[in-house]
Amino acid sequence: MAKTIYEKIWDAHVVHETDGQDAILYIDRHFVHEVTSPQAFEGLRLSDRSVRRPDLTFATMDHNIPTTSRALPIADQLSRAQVETLKHNCKEFGVECFDMYDPRNGIVHVIGPELGLTRPGMTIVCGDSHTSTHGAFGALAHGIGTSEVEHVLATQTLLQKRSLTMEIRINGALPPGLTSKDIILAIIGHIGTSGGNGHVIEYTGEAVRNMSMEARMTMCNMSIEAGARAGLISPDETTFEYLKGRPFLPKNRDWNEMVEGWKQWASDPDCTYDTVIELDAPSIQPQVSWGTSPEMVTGIKGAVPIPDEIEDPDKRAACIKALAYMGLEPGTPMESIAPEMVFIGSCTNGRMEDLRAAAKVFEGRKKADSLQVLVVPGSSIVKKQAEEEGLDKIFIEAGCEWREPGCSMCLAMNDDRLKPGQRCASTSNRNFEGRQGKGGRTHLVSPAMAAAAAVAGHFVDIRDWEYKEV
Amino acid sequence: MKSFTTHQGIVAPLEAMNVDTDQIIPKQFLKRIERTGYGDVLFYDWRYEDDGKIPNSDFELNAPRYHNASILLTKDNFGCGSSREHAPWALSDYGFRALIAPSFADIFYNNCFNNALLPITLDHDTVQALFEEVRNTEGYTLTVDLQSQKIIKPDGSSIDFTIQPFLRDRLLNGWDQIGLTLQHEEKITEYERAKALPCSKRL
Repeated sequence: MAKTIYEKIWDAHVVHETDGQDAILYIDRHFVHEVTSPQAFEGLRLSDRSVRRPDLTFATMDHNIPTTSRALPIADQLSRAQVETLKHNCKEFGVECFDMYDPRNGIVHVIGPELGLTRPGMTIVCGDSHTSTHGAFGALAHGIGTSEVEHVLATQTLLQKRSLTMEIRINGALPPGLTSKDIILAIIGHIGTSGGNGHVIEYTGEAVRNMSMEARMTMCNMSIEAGARAGLISPDETTFEYLKGRPFLPKNRDWNEMVEGWKQWASDPDCTYDTVIELDAPSIQPQVSWGTSPEMVTGIKGAVPIPDEIEDPDKRAACIKALAYMGLEPGTPMESIAPEMVFIGSCTNGRMEDLRAAAKVFEGRKKADSLQVLVVPGSSIVKKQAEEEGLDKIFIEAGCEWREPGCSMCLAMNDDRLKPGQRCASTSNRNFEGRQGKGGRTHLVSPAMAAAAAVAGHFVDIRDWEYKEV
Repeated sequence: MKSFTTHQGIVAPLEAMNVDTDQIIPKQFLKRIERTGYGDVLFYDWRYEDDGKIPNSDFELNAPRYHNASILLTKDNFGCGSSREHAPWALSDYGFRALIAPSFADIFYNNCFNNALLPITLDHDTVQALFEEVRNTEGYTLTVDLQSQKIIKPDGSSIDFTIQPFLRDRLLNGWDQIGLTLQHEEKITEYERAKALPCSKRL
């Protein structure tokens, strides 16, 4: 029987299933970070349980750490305590922890793949909704809550209800200037933030096959913003090429044998999905969000919507509320909107290709005086590589701040945050009210679009950008 | 874990779609390492003036008539966004025991069941009618009966709701999920031995 990749991974990981109950699924990889784990470890302690498979569990510090110098202790007392708690918990329970000073440290969904901890056919969980990122490798990757984190620590399993399957097929080739960030924003704009509820999305089609692994990670990362349980892409040669030589690959396995095993996970050619949606890549413009939900997005050549033109009363009310919060007038062309802050980073767009794309825009140019730019590499490995390529010099020369890795202004748990009313062009994944700081106004864009806005002082169509040859 | 069998309580309306978990509990409160004590910061940015102390009189839930509310009536896709379990913790600590909406975000929905907070899905028309009734009647109270899967209105009429039987039984009995899973521990061990998982260092 022809199966989708989701069905294959599901069937291979069921430990126990009874009619009418959630299945018990085995978890191959558990990523842990400092914010959603303290109560889980404490729960283990209180019930006198241990971590069942510390060898499959890896921790990092990313959400609550400063991106300024790590030479001094963390200033904020609660943040410091939370970070120390993770260190202490990992030591007590025997879990490997990439702390702030570890050369492998970084945002959990950046380091997993770059270390080879994320592989096709795996079930992967983390107490973080953007765990869906790892689906780019053909893994079934879910975000979970803290109680579920405790459950996985104690049993190495997770209870799950089988999801419906959704194929999103992206046809055609990505034109110059268009990125996977634009594609996923356009998808969310099309199906809405609950469009994927109850589904696991598989991205297929020519445009996806031609994407690099980093571009695929951006797509899968934002699957949660469409309400999906997970987002996957069937593994192929691009996947295997990326994985070759990664540090945490099993050492005693034959490479060709592993690749043959990974190939088996790909969806069968004649499999069927519960829902199928098709999009045409060349018809998509570079996207900019205008509102307070990732579904409130439009093309760069578009404009802020006019509430009176929205038929559905709930959507109209949501639009009015969003425009009031964002301080935007209906009908304003997106190209005229001027951010005062630009943030390039996050688990969505904080990898090498993202930094290179932004650096190419900044090269030979300066940022506008009217704004500040924060560039935060997704991991220590990314930071080192970027510095070897001289990208940091390009950013600094352009007037940007070049920081240490971390989640930073994506959720602004550390000191990197917007002031009330401050408008930001951000390569992150959420534009909710207050997400980047109370009263902060977030516009989601791709790295090149963010960099171009930083130079121009307002949003511009990256497809028209004149790159400087340096 | 606490159990949920029946609950009678005042209903408070939150008439907004796509209420995300950043609104339910903003990130600065995720720095804590405890599981409790989040009631005061529920809906923080909507609930308080800028100083975080003076209640915002424009926020409907702050109206005195809803002070002791323990059932929240809201709209589609409640709890979307981040997986933070601090969201149901804050709702529970505030005093809510049940939530009613046309739909909930997946991760948030699961998180509720691990905290004896009952999320009830009803169709749009029923939810809309309830909004009207709640606003028209001071102290509007509903009784939620999980065993019979009914919501009983003040006039004695009832609304049926569906829920996965397994989730219902867990909540009725207050079963600890880890304990339940570990009843199948030999199956987990058997799985680990039998499956040659390429990712497992042990195999």
